[in-house]
Formats: sequence, C-alpha cells, structure tokens
Amino acid sequence: MMVRNKELQVAALKNGTAIDHIPSEYLFKVVSLLGIEHLSTRVTIGYNLDSKKMGTKGIIKIADKFFEEDEINRISLIAPSVNLNIIKDFEVIEKKQVNLPDELYGLVKCNNPKCITNNEPMQTRFHVIDKDNVTLRCHYCEMKIKKEEIELL
Amino acid sequence: MNTKSLVSIVDFSKDDILRLIGTAECFERNPNRGLLEGKVCATLFFEPSTRTRLSFETAINRLGGRIIGFSDAATTSSSKGETLKDTIMMVSNYADLIIMRHYLEGAARYASEVTDIPIINAGDGANQHPSQTMLDIYSIYKTQGRLDNLQITVVGDLKYGRTVHSLIVGMSHFNPTFHFVAPEELKIPELYKHFCETNGIRYHEHTEFSEEVINLSDILYMTRVQRERFTDLIEYEKVKNVYVLRNNMLSHSKDNLKILHPLPRINEIANDVDNNPKAYYIEQARNGVFARQAIICDALGIEVVSG
Repeated sequence: MMVRNKELQVAALKNGTAIDHIPSEYLFKVVSLLGIEHLSTRVTIGYNLDSKKMGTKGIIKIADKFFEEDEINRISLIAPSVNLNIIKDFEVIEKKQVNLPDELYGLVKCNNPKCITNNEPMQTRFHVIDKDNVTLRCHYCEMKIKKEEIELL
Repeated sequence: MNTKSLVSIVDFSKDDILRLIGTAECFERNPNRGLLEGKVCATLFFEPSTRTRLSFETAINRLGGRIIGFSDAATTSSSKGETLKDTIMMVSNYADLIIMRHYLEGAARYASEVTDIPIINAGDGANQHPSQTMLDIYSIYKTQGRLDNLQITVVGDLKYGRTVHSLIVGMSHFNPTFHFVAPEELKIPELYKHFCETNGIRYHEHTEFSEEVINLSDILYMTRVQRERFTDLIEYEKVKNVYVLRNNMLSHSKDNLKILHPLPRINEIANDVDNNPKAYYIEQARNGVFARQAIICDALGIEVVSG
C-alpha cells in the first residue's frame, strides 16, 4: 500500500508504472534505455529527489504503460535495486524487482577494440556469466567484462 | 545460425572430441578418399597464414573436394570496405563450406550467424583456433595412447598464447594436471586459473623451466616467447634464452614424454632436440591434415567409415 499521509514528491499516478529508487546519475540513461522519450502517454520524471536510502534518487511515473519483463530488465545493469510499482486506480497492485537477464543484446559495448562488434555494423551480444558480481562474456570475441568495466552503448 | 559450424573449442563436448579423434585415425590409415566429390570448399583468409591454409587445402584435396578462396584480404573486396556479412553471404552462394581466418576476434562466430552453410574457424585474431587444438589433442592421444590423467607442461607465452588457452579448455574433459612455466610478464591469465579451479583441474605455476618439471611430464608443450609482447625490452632480454629446451635437459625425462609445439619455432627448441625421438613437433603438423579432414567431414555431416 502507498503511504498516503506523506507529501508526494511527484504527483500520484492513476494507472501505469512507477519506477522508484533510480540512482540519480543514471536517471536519464534509464529514460533512454526504456525509450520513454518515444511514448505519447503522460510521463512525470523526478530528478535529485530526497531519499533516505540513497541520498538522492530519481523517479519515473508513466501513465498507462506496463512494461514487459525483457523491456524492464534492460535497466538492471545500471540500476539493479530499482523498484517497479504497477498502479491501478491509485493503488499499487504489484511490486516488481528488476532481474539481470541471461543475455544482453545491443546494450553493452565490447571493450575489445579487435572484436568484430566494434568493426561491423552489427548488434552486440553478451552472456551474463555471473549475476551476483555482474560479469559478462562477449558472445563473439569471448572476452570477459567485469562490472566496473561495463560501458553502455 | 547453423549448428554444424566449428567456431570455438568450447563448442565441442568430450564426445565430440573423442568422435573426431576416431575419424582422424580413419584418415590417417587412409587419407585419400573421395568424400568431398562434387563439393566446393571456400578458404577465406582475411589475414595470411600459409601453414594453416596449406593444411586445410591438403585436407580438402585428399578428400577430392574443390577449393575457391583467397589467401590475403588485400586482394579482395573487403579491402574496399565490404562488410564481412556481405562477403560471407556472397561466398555462401558458391560454396558448401567456408573455412575462414580473420584478424578480428569473433569474426567466425558472426559469420556462422549470417549463413546457413557451415563455418570452420581457422583462427580469429587472438581468440580461437579450434582445428589447431584438435590436432594438438590428436597428437597427445596418438603419442600417449590415451587422453586421461596426463601431466601436461606448457612453456613460454601463456598470457597471449591462444593455442595454450584452447588446449586447457579442450583437455579439461580428461582430468589433466597442468604445469604452467612462464616468465612473470607472460604468466597464465587469472581467467584460465579460474577455469581450472571451477573444473577441478590441478595446476602448478613455475617461473623456472627446470629439469624437475620436465621429468614429471608426459607432454611438453612449447610456445614462442615473442619480443613484441613485452612492454619492457630489458625484461625480454632477460628471459628470451631462459625458456629454451635443449637436448641435455631431457636426459632424465619419462620414456613416454613427447615434445609438442604449434610452430613456427624460433629458438625455444634448440636444434639438437630435433633428433631426439621425443621430439614430435613435425609429425604434429602432419596430424593437422587428418584432424582437419575429420573436422570438415563432421561439419558437412559426412559419415566416415573406418578402414
């Protein structure tokens, strides 16, 4: 249930999805990863909001939009602790966590300059070989990338 | 995406490796068979590699197949900026099988995804060279009569040497014990140590190339220490003559010891080793033709009957 007696930092949503606890520095990356700029429904974006847990955070509230699993999992690389609230009639009817998928398509750049993906017009593809430590392996050149080395496209 | 391609040694299970060894043995007994009659094989060498190309082309010729292709990308449309995808799709119209060498890592995997005809990776940059690994494993099998429970010592450039990395993966099915002998700058990457640990493979690291380690080995796999791998040339000068095998170092080695080298060698095996019956590197290259015949038939789904 939503806490009603607290002042909301972003206007309430009737129906749709509220994405909470986005690290501020990644807010606009999340916006772009989810393709929110292409939506025609009403979107409220909160940036640098106060957060007890995180210091500052970002929130995105999207009216009348319910994401598919694989759509939303795209953001798990940069914002693994994000909460998704599915809202119907001003009530949170479901809370979701993001999960790192087994494979990532077109999301991460391969750090190997001699990798085919950096030399052909093609999509990158990575296997997530360690979900806890976020270690990826390029499907093509087989090079492993650690979390701190990940560069998003 | 096609499943008959051979891109990486990790694509091969233990059963695949054993099956290919069996097929390679058939070809060694009788290498000249018309199994590729009426087939066209493309050898696309975007980077020159005479040794590998000759080995593959010999394999195809002995099987009665025809060859199209190029030995250097400078003479092809890729030098005009054609994408790899276009080159592969174009050649797929002509050939039944593509054998390719490329300077970019992952090129063969990508090629296997844009065509339905099988791709055999003949080396993609520093990444994979699975037919070399198959011939190495076949050579180990032939000289030892088995693959299980062997003491394998690899010497030289273990950091960049892709043949070493693939050998570790390929032999991992057979409970080996590895001895990694390398200078500090070229020691085995953490990644492969981790691979050994997660697969329950015993390994020992040495910086000294001693008789002690030679004497407990069944296989001595030598590699070249290349000058261009060193950031510090003083370091290179220090080690360049340290990881050299000389005949007098072999006097107390096991009777079944065999010395392997992916070739070409520079000075890491002294010439006086060549006449030692434990030297196997030249025959090893000969095994490459049989291993490649087996790989080609496997990729094309051609059954090879023994005899």
